[in-house]
Amino acid sequence: MTAAAPERTALPSTGRVCRTRAGVELKEFFRQRESVVFTLLFPVILLLGLGAVLDYDLGAGVDFPQYFMAGVITAGIVGASLQNMAIHIAGERSDGTLKALAGTPMPKSAYFVGKVAQVVAVTLATIVILLLVGVLVFGISLPSGSDWLTFIWVTVLGAAACTLLGIAVSSLARNSRSASATVTPIALVLEFVSGVFMPFDQVPGWLQDVAAVFPVKWLAQGLRSVFLPDSLAAREPAGSWELGTVAIVLGLWCVVGLLLCVRTFRWQDR
Amino acid sequence: MTRTTAAAAAPQQPASPLDPEAAISIRGLVKRYGERAAVDGLDLDIRRGEIFALLGPNGAGKTTTVEICEGYRGRDGGEVRVLGVDPAKGGRRWKADLGIVLQSGAGDSQLSVRELLTAQASYFADPRDPDEVLELVGLTDKAGARGRTLSGGQRRRLDVALGIVGRPRLLFLDEPTTGFDPEARRQFWSLIRSLRELGTTMLLTTHYLDEAEELADRVGVLARGQLAEVAVPTALGGRGTAPAVVSWTEDGARRTAETTTPTAFVAELAARFPGEVPDLAVSRPTLEDVYLKMIGDRS
Repeated sequence: MTAAAPERTALPSTGRVCRTRAGVELKEFFRQRESVVFTLLFPVILLLGLGAVLDYDLGAGVDFPQYFMAGVITAGIVGASLQNMAIHIAGERSDGTLKALAGTPMPKSAYFVGKVAQVVAVTLATIVILLLVGVLVFGISLPSGSDWLTFIWVTVLGAAACTLLGIAVSSLARNSRSASATVTPIALVLEFVSGVFMPFDQVPGWLQDVAAVFPVKWLAQGLRSVFLPDSLAAREPAGSWELGTVAIVLGLWCVVGLLLCVRTFRWQDR
Repeated sequence: MTRTTAAAAAPQQPASPLDPEAAISIRGLVKRYGERAAVDGLDLDIRRGEIFALLGPNGAGKTTTVEICEGYRGRDGGEVRVLGVDPAKGGRRWKADLGIVLQSGAGDSQLSVRELLTAQASYFADPRDPDEVLELVGLTDKAGARGRTLSGGQRRRLDVALGIVGRPRLLFLDEPTTGFDPEARRQFWSLIRSLRELGTTMLLTTHYLDEAEELADRVGVLARGQLAEVAVPTALGGRGTAPAVVSWTEDGARRTAETTTPTAFVAELAARFPGEVPDLAVSRPTLEDVYLKMIGDRS
């Protein structure tokens, strides 16, 4: 605070600024009622609504809520990452938040670290709530043993790919409304053709092929391996869970998403 | 291409080298958007510690010039140094010495005023105490309020608070008082004066000529991408030496006279009346008069 000091005072460390940004991003998300309802509660409402109405028997003792856990968690992850990033970053770009940040000495990486912290927190909260509702309301059986490990890596890879794609897509939209109008239907369609809302073998074959290009189908398939007995793997297109392919495709989408982000990210309009 | 007058406080020398001592030094700056040159060979030096107001009609290149200095836009020609650094290559250390108040403001947030300032302060090397800054801009009562509950004038003061919390040596203010009521503008002006006393250099763009006259040590008029003139506000456009209009009341009627020697004229008048000259007024062309003439001449 001395008058002579400012010339050479050290800049704050990147780690410290990252912690600040993580705190800012958590407050920004959890204090906004719309984003909490839209992102956190929407999957819960889906689970409660569809779980109560649909009465499938998929064989091997699997009812619809047990099948739907993988799907609704997929929808939760896509909402917390792809939709959340695309809509809110588009908004921050159009209202000048990003431009103002770019004019400060904040390390640019700290902004993205803050966003990742937000996605991690929202994804975790969504999954915990969905598992609680699943167990308490529908009596679903939780994963066991090594399925937890699969659960973790599929979630991390899927959320990473969708976060990067969400950041990339945000650059296409003029503002948060147009981002929402674009990305929400796309996410819903991808979820429909990826077996999120209905058994994947009921999706027409050619749509299954289309879905197989995108990460959502592989995220959902990886999560099905976690929540369904192995006997149901026979109903997957390849007759198995294809966990190796899940890892490769999601990993590739991470690379594609990162390249798109690097090429398209803008700190200001135009 | 720069036109200067005898009255200008610091005539711009187009061919002179960049001034390493200046807060901002610009030579031959060019910026094109498609075919149109928004800035077309601009020369300018802004001294450390001064408040410099950039005036000009919409589309004259004010915001383009300021945003090139801030590092937001690239340039198509010329040299620019801001605090000795080329803004196109300015890093974190350089940005830590700048404060930027954008025309568009800082955007929406769910954070409280104090949380926003605390976060902003944490990006800088030697920030001001957020509570002191709140006091300085008169937002102490609103420290716990969220951005969206503030009035237009309060939001703009928050923008300024965010701009100065990093203890900048150079502060950019792009149309800071647009949308203020007269009282809010007066309060804002006293804020700017207290920042000047703290030694902050300021580059201000504004549409309000009274604001420029009130605050600026020097003003520059931009027209069609070039500086038409740089001068102290009282001398712009030859105001200081232009004929003065003397008016008074005599025999129940209003009299006026135009004179280049108003002091002598008033002395004569004073001799004709026993006491006070009734309703005596001496006026020069206002800043607005010379400004409108200047941009009218060039467009």
